[in-house]
Amino acid sequence: MTSGIEAQVLQPYKYGFITDIEADVVPPGLDENVIRLISGKKHEPEWMLEWRLRAYRHWVTLTEPHWSNLHYGPIDYQAISYYAAPKQKPKLTSLEQVDPKLLETFDKLGIPLEERKLLAGVAVDAVFDSVSVATTFRETLAKQGIIFCPMSDAIRDYPDLVRTYLGSVVPHTDNYFAALNSAVFSDGSFAYIPKGVRCPLELSTYFRINASATGQFERTLIVADEGSYVSYLEGCSAPMRDEHQLHAAVVELVALDDAQIKYSTIQNWYPGDEAGRGGIYNFVTKRGKCAGRRSKISWTQVETGSAITWKYPGCILQGDESMGEFYSVAVTNNRQQADTGTKMIHLGRNTRSTIVSKGISAGHGQNTYRGLVKILKGAEHARNYSQCDSMLIGHECGAHTFPYIDVRNSTAIMEHEASTSKIGEDQIFYCKQRGLSAEDAVSMIVNGFCKEVFKELPMEFAVEAQRLLGISLEGSVG
Amino acid sequence: MRLLEVRNLHASVEGREILHGVDLDVNAGEVHAIMGPNGSGKSTFAQILGGHPAYTVTQGSVAFRGHDLLAMSPEERARAGVFLAFQYPVAIRGVTNAYFLRAAVNATRKSRGQEELGPLEFMDALEDKLKLIGWDASYLSRPVNEGFSGGEKKRNEILQLAVLEPTLAVLDETDSGLDIDALKTVAQTVDRLRRPESATVLVTHYYRILTHILPDYVHVLSGGRIVKSGTKELALELEQRGYDWLREEAAVG
Repeated sequence: MTSGIEAQVLQPYKYGFITDIEADVVPPGLDENVIRLISGKKHEPEWMLEWRLRAYRHWVTLTEPHWSNLHYGPIDYQAISYYAAPKQKPKLTSLEQVDPKLLETFDKLGIPLEERKLLAGVAVDAVFDSVSVATTFRETLAKQGIIFCPMSDAIRDYPDLVRTYLGSVVPHTDNYFAALNSAVFSDGSFAYIPKGVRCPLELSTYFRINASATGQFERTLIVADEGSYVSYLEGCSAPMRDEHQLHAAVVELVALDDAQIKYSTIQNWYPGDEAGRGGIYNFVTKRGKCAGRRSKISWTQVETGSAITWKYPGCILQGDESMGEFYSVAVTNNRQQADTGTKMIHLGRNTRSTIVSKGISAGHGQNTYRGLVKILKGAEHARNYSQCDSMLIGHECGAHTFPYIDVRNSTAIMEHEASTSKIGEDQIFYCKQRGLSAEDAVSMIVNGFCKEVFKELPMEFAVEAQRLLGISLEGSVG
Repeated sequence: MRLLEVRNLHASVEGREILHGVDLDVNAGEVHAIMGPNGSGKSTFAQILGGHPAYTVTQGSVAFRGHDLLAMSPEERARAGVFLAFQYPVAIRGVTNAYFLRAAVNATRKSRGQEELGPLEFMDALEDKLKLIGWDASYLSRPVNEGFSGGEKKRNEILQLAVLEPTLAVLDETDSGLDIDALKTVAQTVDRLRRPESATVLVTHYYRILTHILPDYVHVLSGGRIVKSGTKELALELEQRGYDWLREEAAVG
């Protein structure tokens, strides 16, 4: 019976194909020369190279952290290639110049890059291995003063903005993987929403790893100026390969007075096979700073992929009355392991944070929620609400919860709720006795369990998220 | 018309035999009450008709409208018109009652090649059924059985019964845990849902539900066998004398 349930969650990976394209790959290994090479390939200004080198020199003094509830073999950082780019014409000015194989790849992933084919209301930056291959609707957005472009372009074209904000939320000293990323990051997206502008499109970046034995180290920076609003979506996938591949991204968000950033992720990196061969090691640092008064940052993530996930999107609630939110669904199946959660750091007065985490474990999957809520001394009347729910499918999987609470102001109000449930035979039998198939029953139950998170996703993403969980469109959401 | 034909049914759970040869015939239009003391196998019998995977049939047969019921999966049974009202209905978080009911109805419709009902059409059809059990529409947007009282859960089972209109309804101790008023509503609803082409098997420990749903036949299940069958007068006799005399009678016989 349970094997039937597991088979439902155990959907084959649909994005595992490899694009046969000639690539410019730097030899494996990491030293200062490699960093100079990457910086040179991207025609970066001197200050950027210096920035990278400073991070690298710090990184070499660090050791890989092992405090998480994740178990994996040693990562050989000298065996990884830190830059891979499809060979194409040096300067892209229009889609006609993009290699048709790349367009085809993104088409296959459901991300058509021709603007006429795109979903109305979504602008896409498509990142293939280490470089951005296309960014749609740039001109449309520019009319409102919105900047949405690959990070490499931003470094050249908007150095003041980049220098002000890059590393301001996640400094290179933050952690091992953030230091590594700061040294070798390739592409990613940059977005700036000017004062008082409500971004008319959903901004989105799709990350694709293709080359083998390479890592992907993207860097994303979103700055929402006073009174602006932006909703940003992130998706990703990778081919099925037998070796593990490293993905170490950094995402920084900055919200000034009265600004709002909504950041949604569907993480669908290749998870490895049933025996745990292959799969992406996903070590990601994501953090937002609610720098201004009444600003708001909301993280929503659906984590279905990767062999290893290490990720704690957090908010620094600096501005008075600012708000941070974290909504998460993490699924681990087969041999997947996830150690994910959030950090809410309350600095300002009357700051509020909400955490809703849903962990689903199946197969031999191990799912850990790790969260920190920190209320600092000056954070008068801060409030936090946390809810951590775990669902187990089968007998071999595990769910773990590590909520850390650090309160230094007695006016704080904290609420924490947690639950663990099991999709049991009785629940399935109940649904079957009403005529539903086991597959539909599991879909319905899992979907219902995740409802509070799915309702935070933009419409198209909610649909994608449900589908990813092996759920038909006509789910119980909504 | 013969709907259900149970012959020499033996069944076990976790290797322990609970039913030691049950025979039962149920025709269209009839209500059968299966009574008996705790541990007599009543619930096991109900669960087996529903197809619960924890119970193993070791001997005997069950035919539903001439088809081998035991060869059918629980969902096939449900789609064929066999409904089990649970003694302990489970909760399904985040799934609304309305969604669940419609999914159930559509699963059956789909299996019969009928068009599935959209949310609006379905809501129209629901209104009368809700009235029947004395509920307002707010119950439809609540998650299935989540935070429901024991009585509300039982009432919800009857709502499902009313909506699904099965050919054979098996009610597993639907009366237990209900106060007198709730019992009356539930029982009267079941009674009102009686149709000449369908039948009800009512599994119960107590006589009182039978004052609202008059059974055509009463069977006493004791020690995994039907030890006595009769008409509604037998229920009254049980109410007055208890079950012990039957056990003794069975031991002697």
